[in-house]
Amino acid sequence: MANNDLEQPIVRTHALTKQVNTGDQQLTILQNIDLTIHTGEAVAIIGASGSGKSTLLGLLAGLDLPTSGKVHLDDIDIFALDEDQRAALRGKILGFVFQSFQLLPALTALENVMLPLELMSVPNAEITARRLLDRVGLALRLHHHPKQLSGGEQQRVAIARAFATAPKLLLADEPTGNLDSATGVQIIELMFELNREHGTTLVLVTHDETLSRRCSRQLRMADGKLMQ
Amino acid sequence: MNHYLLSLRMLRRDWRAGELNVLVLALVIAISGLTTVGFFADRVGMALARESNQLLGADLLIMSSKPLPPHFAEEAGKLGLTISSMTKFPSMISNGDGNLLTEIKAVTEGYPLRGNIHVTSQSSTLASAYPEMRLAEGIPTPGTIWVDDKVMTRLDLKTGDMVDIGAIQLKVTEQITREPDHSVGFINMGARALINAQDLAETELIQEGSRVSYQLLVAGEMKAVQQFRELAQARLAKNQKIEGIRDARPEIKAALERAEKFLSLAALVSVVLAAAAIALAVRRFTLRHLDGCAIMRSLGASQKQLLNMYLSYFVLLGLIASSIGCLIGFAAQQILAHWLTDIVETALPWPTWWPAVHGMLVGLVLLVGFALPPVLNLRSVPALRVLRRDVGLPNAHSLWGYFFGLTALSLLFIWKAHDVKLGLYIVTGFICAIAVFGGLGWILIKLLSKLRHQAGGAWRYGLASIHRRAASSILQAVALGLGLMALLVLTLIQDDLIKDWHASLPPDAPNHFLVNVQTDQLQPLEEFFQQYGMSQPPLYPMIRGRLIKINGKNVSPQDYAENVQAERLVRRDFNLSWTDKLARDNTIVQGKWWKEDTQAAEMSIEADIAKTLRIKLGDELTYDIAGHHFSAKITSLRKVDWDSFRVNFFVVVPPGLLEEYPASYITSFYVPPKEGAMMHELVRAFPNILVVDVAMVIGQVQQMIQQVSEAIKFVFIFTMLAGFAVLYAAIAATQDERIYEAAIFRTLGAKREQLSRAWATEFAILGGLSGLFASAGASGLGYVIGKYALHLDYAFNPWIWLTGTSIGLIGVLTAGLLGTRAALSTPPLLTLRKIA
Ligand SMILES: Nc1ncnc2c1ncn2[C@@H]1O[C@H](COP(=O)(O)OP(=O)(O)OP(=O)(O)O)[C@@H](O)[C@H]1O
Ligand SMILES: [Mg+2]
Repeated sequence: MANNDLEQPIVRTHALTKQVNTGDQQLTILQNIDLTIHTGEAVAIIGASGSGKSTLLGLLAGLDLPTSGKVHLDDIDIFALDEDQRAALRGKILGFVFQSFQLLPALTALENVMLPLELMSVPNAEITARRLLDRVGLALRLHHHPKQLSGGEQQRVAIARAFATAPKLLLADEPTGNLDSATGVQIIELMFELNREHGTTLVLVTHDETLSRRCSRQLRMADGKLMQ
Repeated sequence: MNHYLLSLRMLRRDWRAGELNVLVLALVIAISGLTTVGFFADRVGMALARESNQLLGADLLIMSSKPLPPHFAEEAGKLGLTISSMTKFPSMISNGDGNLLTEIKAVTEGYPLRGNIHVTSQSSTLASAYPEMRLAEGIPTPGTIWVDDKVMTRLDLKTGDMVDIGAIQLKVTEQITREPDHSVGFINMGARALINAQDLAETELIQEGSRVSYQLLVAGEMKAVQQFRELAQARLAKNQKIEGIRDARPEIKAALERAEKFLSLAALVSVVLAAAAIALAVRRFTLRHLDGCAIMRSLGASQKQLLNMYLSYFVLLGLIASSIGCLIGFAAQQILAHWLTDIVETALPWPTWWPAVHGMLVGLVLLVGFALPPVLNLRSVPALRVLRRDVGLPNAHSLWGYFFGLTALSLLFIWKAHDVKLGLYIVTGFICAIAVFGGLGWILIKLLSKLRHQAGGAWRYGLASIHRRAASSILQAVALGLGLMALLVLTLIQDDLIKDWHASLPPDAPNHFLVNVQTDQLQPLEEFFQQYGMSQPPLYPMIRGRLIKINGKNVSPQDYAENVQAERLVRRDFNLSWTDKLARDNTIVQGKWWKEDTQAAEMSIEADIAKTLRIKLGDELTYDIAGHHFSAKITSLRKVDWDSFRVNFFVVVPPGLLEEYPASYITSFYVPPKEGAMMHELVRAFPNILVVDVAMVIGQVQQMIQQVSEAIKFVFIFTMLAGFAVLYAAIAATQDERIYEAAIFRTLGAKREQLSRAWATEFAILGGLSGLFASAGASGLGYVIGKYALHLDYAFNPWIWLTGTSIGLIGVLTAGLLGTRAALSTPPLLTLRKIA
């Protein structure tokens, strides 16, 4: 069954190109990216700063619109959908972890983790959320607001939130970038454990050599292009 | 580093980047509203004063029973005022067959200085009360006399006839239909004639002891007139007195003062709204400047440097925004004035520059008072924020900063209201409202947030957001509540004011008075009215008596030497009447109205007269009525609504006390213009009855009320705009946070609809809360202002709770959802990139 899944690409891009207008000149951030990622893989995207890693990840999640080209998630052409359909798809199959956590300051840790479940109208949201927070070691901080948590703790909440809907695909943009190396290692261990437990496909952007070596595949980016 | 330069650069950058949009918009709308009201009220005030002066024939009169010393005329000349003089006295006019006691006015060139004399060449025997009129050319030339229709009718004259007046004969050349005269009161109104002052000496009518009123008419620029009034007041002898329109006609005075108060109230409300808008808008500004401040602090900027920088930043911003506001205000009132020229007969005078100065000042006070305090917190932003973004966010403590703004605003109010009482009422009202709203809001938000654990996604999130932003949510609700409350109060009062005016002077307000109706004429008069298909109007008995004793102590005119009005009251006869019911336009201010079957010698006196004569409740007055003494005790003081043009008496007693004395009757009623012939018939049938036609005065007052109502409605539009500015500011205040929320929600897979539901919850709570606050406040404040400042019978309106709350809820909800539409459609990555 696992082998079958490997055949099945969960992410497929075709000639993905992103350009932005900065005043008079046009800047090409991504150029003709063709990429396939199979279910269960752990892929690291590495490259120099400004090479377009975050942009690519954002496009894979449909958080931004490309200038041209296509992205297929689970065989669905996401840019053929409208914003709401795209959002629904994200909620169903995808989790995202940001470098700067991006928790909602109005909500407690528990509420932050419950949010994606409630948005999907999943029953027993609170039980799931409590279990996940317990899993990331924050059982005692359920009712604290993000402000009251340290950076590492916030990132663990963010990871719990990303895994709450048991997504097929987890995208993480420098998840350890804002953390000290010891905490960073903990966070990474956590992600790989969850990856194993849930059979989630991982796509990570990172500058960290050790982290990228733990992945089954490395994709190197330079100047908006993919070096195979 | 020169902080002026730095703040200038910062201002330019923020302005270009659109960071100041809300702040500037709030300020510009507020100041343009304020200055529109200011400029316009200024012009309308001047125009109204001038138009009502047409009734007076001048801007100011100096009157005396002795010839006026020349210094008054000289001073007026020095101030560049135009003058004219008039000598008024009663005399017989005869044409051989009959004679008639007539009030003669001998006038000099230039009379009247304000308004016009209207004449007609049509013979009055053509039975039309409203014959074609034309403007008279100047004044009667020496040797001629102009008379009114009473003289024409009674003496059976036509133009060209000669009449005897004193020692000379004059030729009748015109029939007067309308003339400016402030004494258009029902008692003084007899037959009238106008002659040239040059003929006066030859008539030999002015003798020692004759009853003559010498008047100097003065007109000119308002400032000069005011200056003259002050100068003249200081040199006024005992037998002299000054009269402007406000002294002369109580009903116009009352209408004018209320209109003025209302307009300044409307202007004040725009200021409150502006303050609210600015207080809301500055939150976003503060948040956006946090990082900059933290970085500057970490680079070694002192608190003092930051303070100076922001102070000059805001003063500069205030000057620019206020100037724009003043310019718009000026343009808007110009449009308004242009539009209103159709309604106002005369062109509006040019406004003064005060409203602009005022606008600038208010702009600065508002910005510095309401924007600076929270920004002052910025200077204490810890440098640590450079490392940790959640440090140094503005907190509830910054609410204290508004204390300064509130104090400044309060002082401004009291100054601007030109009325310490009104100003204090409003200020206390608002401060109490803020305190109560704030407290209630806090409790409600705490209670609501308890509910969030029971609620699902969208609800939970809306409740959670309100709770987390408790301080600013309360600020938002209070500001919105205050804004809405101000609008509600203004609407209510505006409505009541206009209704009250129209009610006191309906289209069928009495326009004719009959005076001197004898007891044996009551029956024939009733028949006469029946003949014309009219029911007999209520007739009021009138008995003349002179006040001779107060509490048994003799009174004489000398006792009131310092007060011309009081002296005159004591010297002349009072008109007493009896009635068992309190007239509709009278209200008891002290004491009690008598019981229907009272046997006691009671008396009710008009409050102003009582004050003038230093008479108190419980005093016993004794009148000399046809040689008999009549005494009664004052058991009530009444206020009389003089706007109503109905018959009213200063002194009334219960029935049964005065019936034995000789009485005549008086009445007032409405005659449609087309029934003019009837009045002529009445004059013929009852020659002794004095008919007084006040249709013209009523027409003028009605027109004035119409104009003021229009003006008030227009000014209201600006207050509404200021209200929208508050709403806009309230929505924009949390816009940044919402864009961020939207990005995260969408990343987590939320549909638009789910997000808008969360926001709708938040806006609905906010709007409902502010609507509730507004209704509560409006009920209280409206009552207080209506009752104590504008003297209106304020009707408590229970619907206000429903309307207020639903307007708040629907308004904020709609504006909020419309305002956040953009936030919903921004691609999430773009937002998050900006934040990170
Ligand atoms: N909206 C935009 N407007 C202008 N330039 C943009 C925009 N988005 C991305 N860029 C530019 O595109 C390039 C790629 O950006 P991106 O954030 O993807 O780089 P990155 O590889 O993630 O870099 P880092 O490792 O520093 O995070 C950068 O030069 C960035 O400045
Ligand atoms: Mg990046």
